Amino acid sequence: MAQLTCRNLTLGYDGKIVRENLNFEVNEGDYLCIIGENGSGKSTLMKTILGLKSPMSGTITYGDGLKEKEIGYLPQQTTIQKDFPASVYEIVLSGCLSKIGTKPFYSKKDKDMADYQINRLGLSALKKRCYRELSGGQQQRVLLARALCATEKMILLDEPVSGLDPKVADDMYNLIETLNKENGTTVIMISHDIKSALNYATHILHIGDDIFFGTKEEYLESKFANVFAGKDGEE
Amino acid sequence: MASIFSTLSTYFAYPFVRYALIVGVLISLCSSLLGVTLVLKRFSFIGDGLSHVAFGGMAIASVFKLTNDMPLTLIVTVICAVLLLKGGQNAKIKGDAAIAMISVGALAIGYLLLNIFSPSGNLSGDVCSTLFGSTSILTLTRAEVYLCAILSVIVVAVFILLYNRIFAVTFDEDFASATGTNANLYNLIIAIIIAVIIVLAMNLVGSLLISALVIFPALSAMRLFKSFKSVTVCSAILSVICSLIGIIAAIILGTPVGSTIVAADIIAFALCYVLGVFLGGSGK
Repeated sequence: MAQLTCRNLTLGYDGKIVRENLNFEVNEGDYLCIIGENGSGKSTLMKTILGLKSPMSGTITYGDGLKEKEIGYLPQQTTIQKDFPASVYEIVLSGCLSKIGTKPFYSKKDKDMADYQINRLGLSALKKRCYRELSGGQQQRVLLARALCATEKMILLDEPVSGLDPKVADDMYNLIETLNKENGTTVIMISHDIKSALNYATHILHIGDDIFFGTKEEYLESKFANVFAGKDGEE
Repeated sequence: MASIFSTLSTYFAYPFVRYALIVGVLISLCSSLLGVTLVLKRFSFIGDGLSHVAFGGMAIASVFKLTNDMPLTLIVTVICAVLLLKGGQNAKIKGDAAIAMISVGALAIGYLLLNIFSPSGNLSGDVCSTLFGSTSILTLTRAEVYLCAILSVIVVAVFILLYNRIFAVTFDEDFASATGTNANLYNLIIAIIIAVIIVLAMNLVGSLLISALVIFPALSAMRLFKSFKSVTVCSAILSVICSLIGIIAAIILGTPVGSTIVAADIIAFALCYVLGVFLGGSGK
């Protein structure tokens, strides 16, 4: 059984349909890239997968040991976070919140987990630093560490490299690939960057007027790839 | 100097001065705790709006000639806090507009009610003391002090127990709810606590100046500190110190208590701002 299965999903808000007939599934260890133009419903889909929004119709089923609230999430940076006084450690630790249940405070185990993720993503030197003083790439790594504190089964990344310079973006992509390959973490990534998506992903979900879902190889042979690959080639 | 001390010790002999100090410390502690959250969530104006609602509630209470207006005011304010929060999510009327509407509306209706059904001859005096808290803190009864103390203890306890959740919901609501934290519930709790704090603080600084008590210590602390915990602790300490200085100064100089406390908060903010610039980095 797949970790995440979407059947006949209709997305929208305020009674307005944004996208209909979405069918796809994600298996353990997959690296799915969701691509599509602005306004194609990528963000709405993401919120629906995370359970922040209910679908207008259709079903999402979670399986293979994955529960709805076990998806780690790397959001796009919001304006609130930019001037938020919080240390790296505080933010990473807050990822453990789902594990403390009804207890008011974090246990030793949670704190060890936060330390482990901080070291793993190379943030040890920044542990006590203030989040808002970090560079864009460092901030993304902090948020990734937080997501991994919540779960290592599946992470959902919303435009993780937007606003980063190419070198830092590459580092980020490599880091995500390492997590996917070595750790077996399922990755779902929303991206504008089709070239990199095709580099790293195993599956592609293209949403727009036409919907495509399949492996990367299938995608490359489809009509979608020609349009985009052609564009990218010219750039 | 000696005369100031003798003046002070004369004043401290009166129970109402001691009550004022106790209540002042408790209220400023509570209000500063949530200030950080409010400022960061861009909710600063909710405090302002609710304080006007509390004024309306107080007006209704005095129309009905209730001797203790705190319970009624508390209920009205909590209901409005919940409505504002729910309204903000449905977004038919945008959050800031809804707050402005409710706050001005409550202010106007409150004054209107007081005018029509004026219970006392000194209307403008009553209104002034409700708005600016000019004397009410010095006329607290023992029962009011107890109520205030109990509510403060509850607010502080709830804040400490929910500290980690409040942090998570303030920093990133979407992430918190995606990983199973009931963000709406905690937003609701935050709104209710704010309402309680505002009703408490009306005694101290009056309904027009409450926002200052909530916002200034948080903003001052954010100039100097960089982690959520240190900002929260610092704003609590700053707020209590400013209130103590404000109350004592008001007694010595004979100035209105509320505005003197706020003036102390403003001076503290200026000092923190300058210090922050000198220390570099966080002052930006």
